[in-house]
Amino acid sequence: MKSRSLHTTDVLVIGGGLAGERCAMEAAAEGLEVTILSLVPPRRSHSCAAQGGMQAALGNCVKGEGDNPDWHFLDTVRGSDWGADQEVARMFVDEAPRAVRELAHFGVPWTRVRPGNNDYFVKGEPVVIREAEENAGLLMHRDFGGTAKWRTCYASAGTGHAILYAIDSEVIRLGIDVWDRCEALALIHENGRCWGAIARSLRTGELTAVLANATVIATGGYGRIYGKYTTNATINYGSGAAIAFETGVVPLGNMEAVQFHPTGLWPSGILVTEGCRGDGGHLLNRELERFMVQREPEKQELASRDVVSRHMMDQIQNGNGAESGYGPHLWLDLRHLGAEHLHQKLREVVDICRDFAGIDPAQSMIPVRPTQHYSMGGIRVNKDGQAYGMAGLFAAGEAACWDMHGFNRLGGNSLAETIVAGRLVGRSVAAFARREKLDTGTALARRFLDACEADIAAWLARTGDGPRIYAIQSRMAEIMINKVGIFRNGPDLEQAVSELQDCLHDCGHAVLHSKGPGMNPELSDALRLQGMIRLAITIASGALARTESRGAHFRRDFPLRDDRHWLKRTLARWPADTTSPRLSYEPVGLIDLPPGHRGYGKAEWIELGKSLEEYNQSVGTLQDAEGRLASEEPQGSRMSWGAWKSVATTTGTSK
Amino acid sequence: MNAKTRRLTVEIFRFNPQDPDATPGTECYEIDESPYMTLYIVLTRIREEMDASLQFDFSCRSAICGSCGMLVNGRPMLACRTLTASLPQHIRLYPLPVFELVGDLSVDTGRWFRNMVQQVEGWIHERAPFDPDAQEERMSDDESLAIYESDRCIECGCCVASCGVANLKPGFAGPAGLNRMARFMMDPRDARDDEAWFDVVSNEDGVFGCIGMMACHDVCPKELPLLEVYAYLRRKTLAAGFR
Ligand SMILES: Cc1cc2nc3c(=O)[nH]c(=O)nc-3n(C[C@H](O)[C@H](O)[C@H](O)COP(=O)(O)OP(=O)(O)OC[C@H]3O[C@@H](n4cnc5c(N)ncnc54)[C@H](O)[C@@H]3O)c2cc1C
Ligand code: FES
Repeated sequence: MKSRSLHTTDVLVIGGGLAGERCAMEAAAEGLEVTILSLVPPRRSHSCAAQGGMQAALGNCVKGEGDNPDWHFLDTVRGSDWGADQEVARMFVDEAPRAVRELAHFGVPWTRVRPGNNDYFVKGEPVVIREAEENAGLLMHRDFGGTAKWRTCYASAGTGHAILYAIDSEVIRLGIDVWDRCEALALIHENGRCWGAIARSLRTGELTAVLANATVIATGGYGRIYGKYTTNATINYGSGAAIAFETGVVPLGNMEAVQFHPTGLWPSGILVTEGCRGDGGHLLNRELERFMVQREPEKQELASRDVVSRHMMDQIQNGNGAESGYGPHLWLDLRHLGAEHLHQKLREVVDICRDFAGIDPAQSMIPVRPTQHYSMGGIRVNKDGQAYGMAGLFAAGEAACWDMHGFNRLGGNSLAETIVAGRLVGRSVAAFARREKLDTGTALARRFLDACEADIAAWLARTGDGPRIYAIQSRMAEIMINKVGIFRNGPDLEQAVSELQDCLHDCGHAVLHSKGPGMNPELSDALRLQGMIRLAITIASGALARTESRGAHFRRDFPLRDDRHWLKRTLARWPADTTSPRLSYEPVGLIDLPPGHRGYGKAEWIELGKSLEEYNQSVGTLQDAEGRLASEEPQGSRMSWGAWKSVATTTGTSK
Repeated sequence: MNAKTRRLTVEIFRFNPQDPDATPGTECYEIDESPYMTLYIVLTRIREEMDASLQFDFSCRSAICGSCGMLVNGRPMLACRTLTASLPQHIRLYPLPVFELVGDLSVDTGRWFRNMVQQVEGWIHERAPFDPDAQEERMSDDESLAIYESDRCIECGCCVASCGVANLKPGFAGPAGLNRMARFMMDPRDARDDEAWFDVVSNEDGVFGCIGMMACHDVCPKELPLLEVYAYLRRKTLAAGFR
């Protein structure tokens, strides 16, 4: 095969979104040579699509008064349905205020507190609130689901865009080398040590072996496994998780924890913000009934994301969906809010409806459907971001299971995670790269290059009437949305696993129709397919094994959270030459806030049945046995035991 | 939805620079229109069902990331948010000019914009190092909103493609570049004063390169107020020049 080359760098960062770039900055600031790979120019990464905001407990506005990291900790752990690692959650909430202020320093045009009377909507009602003169010009907060205080910092309607541009500007200022239109196909590794990755140019199709002392995976989520049923960008293949998985030794954590958002615009899947329901929008079925009123008399449309999504799927599965050329959906009705309100307060929604559905929400109902939105699971790492089982490999952002989200992440917490983790993990990466030596020969690199070339050659050589990769892709997506979606049950999941295994098998026979030179878009998609199917099988297998309901994982046949058997994290490894992952389990981490009622959703669960002391005692040993590598500080060093008690006595929603 | 389905003819520019035997040309595809059909859906279906070698760029497919600028019947626009219902039966798709061609409809906007950011030093020149333990510096919300307004540029390249000067003169910062300068000039956190800006802005590659055709203003998918931006830059540079 033609051109291939070799490149050496101190730190290789795979992924040019917020997590990857913030991490790269930290290493570059330490004087290390850093190379970033990204499928697209960094500013086009999916991080730019986040509109809502970023949580940090500053407590600058009236509705956020008294907020502090303890409240944020409480909300985050409850939100996770106790699946989170509480030490990581603590590190996160303590660091988030610094992270958000640093972004202000880098130029993010955050929305600021306007002193005097301000008009807001609270639970659908217009209210006037007076902001104090002394807080004028500090960062403003908005309301988000699952939080006790208004805590979400935002830059008008374009928070992710503004942050990504500020961070990428810093990356350019620091002169960091970015290879855009470049995809990591495989990790270079040997004996539990990672030495970089094989990169393929999406301009020319050329391969390069990038040898690195430390490697970071920050490739974002895997929404495209759900095909068109996702709010994620078209480039969210999850290939970072897939290449870590491919090593056979690095585990993925809690892959069955998949978040759905109730209102994806149908059929494009583009996100329609929660603000619509916040301001009083209604959900209707094909008979134009407001089914949420009957299902959730108290909270109605404003129940939590997972609850609303479940009721919506119920309607669709029972034939109450409205029909369109693209399959059944429901309606989001905003007409009663009036054109003036829509144009003033929900301008982006009006734009999205006009641009993508060709409708005016003041005149017509909006077609919506619950849509895959966020991947809580990912590459399992210790609190420094160091991957289990593979020295020199790190992960951060949505691609990682660091694990502050457990089984449900709160809105606004994932942008915050990218920056906080970028800062903290970046520091560990830098420390590692300074301490360790790049000590491997080119023979190893050549071996992995050869393997990638052989794979490509095999795809190009295969002829006959085998299936097309796009048919396999869409079959996978249909299986995932129908059987590994919002409602899950044993028989469906079993079927899903076996059908997905068929997809994996088909992938080995699929035939390309485009074989020309260059990046060849079909070949590029083909090279991602096996990894995506493996992730899909892992999500389905983890969901099948987990016989309880927790956060976003809902089993109709096991509707209760079961702390006695399932207060643990799923770990999945993919041994070579198999068609299913090997699952094992570890404790979620040290527990400070005891499992209880989240404050919303079901008030029933199965008790742990032992003391927290007993649970906590075994955490370290059991996690070590699962491949956790030593962190710079010992486990537990960042816990603030019992600090939450200072706020939890004033329970309830203070908003 | 019950209107008679149109059969669209999509004429697409084809050229793969990596293929030594390739010559530039166009190819036509026929596709049945469906409700809510955007050019994103059209192009993906063509690749998946008719011609797997077709190159184009989409990422967010929601008019946020700026990946999918192309000429649609001669006009630069974001393909992902263009509904076929708004177009005639015969649709012509060409790559954006100015930018290096990657293949077919895909062009290299990424490198162009990184060069532009380097040229205008499009980052905050800090006044003092970040103090992690201090409260954030205050700024009025109006000031912040004004910065946000020009920070909204998604670097899709539509303005650059539409600009007569950018089409002829490679060093010209282009509408997006001028907008980027204004964004940092108005930011109180940036240490550069008018004089420091003078050399970057006040020349033929800067605001005086613009000959005022203003196609950029019309094609910008984000409706950035580019007219006002240039007026602001001219005012600032004149003021600095007289000092
Ligand atoms: C529509 C939408 C709205 C959202 N709104 C909010 C919000 O308001 N608040 C909030 O907190 N969160 C929000 N989220 C979630 C949040 O935006 C993401 O979780 C976060 O931005 C992920 O950042 P990241 O850096 O981990 O990954 P990404 O930004 O997805 O970046 C991944 C990077 O990896 C690169 N990459 C991927 N694979 C490879 C490979 N194999 N080789 C090389 N490079 C690769 C890509 O090119 C990209 O640069 C939203 C998500 C969606 C979908
Ligand atoms: S794909 Fe992002 S703007 Fe069109």
